[in-house]
Amino acid sequence: MKKYQCLACTYVYDPEVGDPENGVEPGTAFEDLPDDWVCPQCGVGKDMFEEIA
Amino acid sequence: MADSFRAVKVTDHVYWVGAIDWGIRDFHGYATHRGSTYNAYLVVGEKTALIDTVKAPFVEELLARIGTVVPPERIDYVVSNHAEMDHSGGLPAVIAAIRPEQVFASTMGVKALREHFRLGREVTAMKDGESLRLGNLTLSFVEARMLHWPDSMMTYLAEDKTLLSNDAFGMHLASSERFADEIEDGVLAEEAAKYYANILLPLSPLVGRLLEKVGKLGIEIEMIAPSHGPIWRREVEKPVGWYAKWAAGETSNKAVVMYDTMWQSTATMARAIAEGIAAGGASAKMMPLRAAHRSDVATELLDAGALVIGSPTLNNGVFPTVADALSYLKGLKPRGLIGAAFGSYGWSGEAVGQIEEAMEAMKVELVGEGIKVKYVPDEESLSRCLSAGRGIAERLSAKAQGRGDSGLRGAG
Ligand SMILES: [Fe+2]
Ligand SMILES: [Fe+2]
Repeated sequence: MKKYQCLACTYVYDPEVGDPENGVEPGTAFEDLPDDWVCPQCGVGKDMFEEIA
Repeated sequence: MADSFRAVKVTDHVYWVGAIDWGIRDFHGYATHRGSTYNAYLVVGEKTALIDTVKAPFVEELLARIGTVVPPERIDYVVSNHAEMDHSGGLPAVIAAIRPEQVFASTMGVKALREHFRLGREVTAMKDGESLRLGNLTLSFVEARMLHWPDSMMTYLAEDKTLLSNDAFGMHLASSERFADEIEDGVLAEEAAKYYANILLPLSPLVGRLLEKVGKLGIEIEMIAPSHGPIWRREVEKPVGWYAKWAAGETSNKAVVMYDTMWQSTATMARAIAEGIAAGGASAKMMPLRAAHRSDVATELLDAGALVIGSPTLNNGVFPTVADALSYLKGLKPRGLIGAAFGSYGWSGEAVGQIEEAMEAMKVELVGEGIKVKYVPDEESLSRCLSAGRGIAERLSAKAQGRGDSGLRGAG
């Protein structure tokens, strides 16, 4: 599963880790995050994330 | 103080009640050559709201100006568009003085205020698109996350078609005039560009999206009242157009040459490179770093297509002023640049390589090999500098032609 980075603040979403503080289980692919999920660090939406190698 | 400092009427219901900071020259590392203002606005309807406060030392000035419109304790609501301390620093004192019924901020703003102050009272979160009635008037809130902080928000007064845009569309400019149409165009363009380059540039992708979002809201904006500098009561399309252009990252065929020197060798190389750039038909903007501030380099870079960096090697490393500016520019994430490095050295000469590494990390496309000169450049080294400059100019022209936009040639 691919990692995604926030263009605004550089936070990296790692699917292996998920975002448990905001109810996202480890193992959740970025594509499967709910539409209203926001960057836990700066608050921008999913559309501000870019796939990283 | 009460009679000396007066509010300025902006619209039928909005008053400017901010403070003018004539003396500030260093705003968190940004050289504010013309000082600044901290704009707070009073919206007076059947209920009264204060939008933002000022930097802490200016609270008395704020309260005095408010007092010329309404007694401060009559204010019902305080809205904090942005938790940065140039706007929120006065919040604790203002709350203590006026005891508002409610204090509002964005969702992220509520958290940020909690992490700044111990306000000892509740701050109510306003979601994106939510509004607040002032009896006959309506304030609507538009989140601007990461423009330029997570908590950033704008407030829109529909009845007066006025957008209180906070830091967006602002500039650091102290003046006794409150409106942009009373100030020289060149000064406005320069200070707005400087503000964008130093505060908003890394967030350019978001700026474009915010402009789109506001466009889609279909709200009419006849006036933009930012939190720094003058108010746009007409020609709002001017700052909006600038933002669209800067967000798109349009560049001219200008090359910024920033450098420092110890015994004039690197400076001489810089001058030869500038000659080459000019001879090749492009424009060189020289930025000797003990005369030019890092924030002015950033401004010049806003519409530049190339960044050329020169540094002597000092104790096996990059000269401190160059390292400073490089670290600053890296954080601003300039896009689409070509570049090169150069410098003189005495024995080991690491600086040029270190700069090239940093430029690669910034995704600057390096043109040719870095130029290193031992001690003092001779005729041969200077002609290498000259042709490196020409090479940069040629690449810039090729880029401009590739865009079918040779009209930008020679623009500075
Ligand atoms: Fe700010
Ligand atoms: Fe500000």
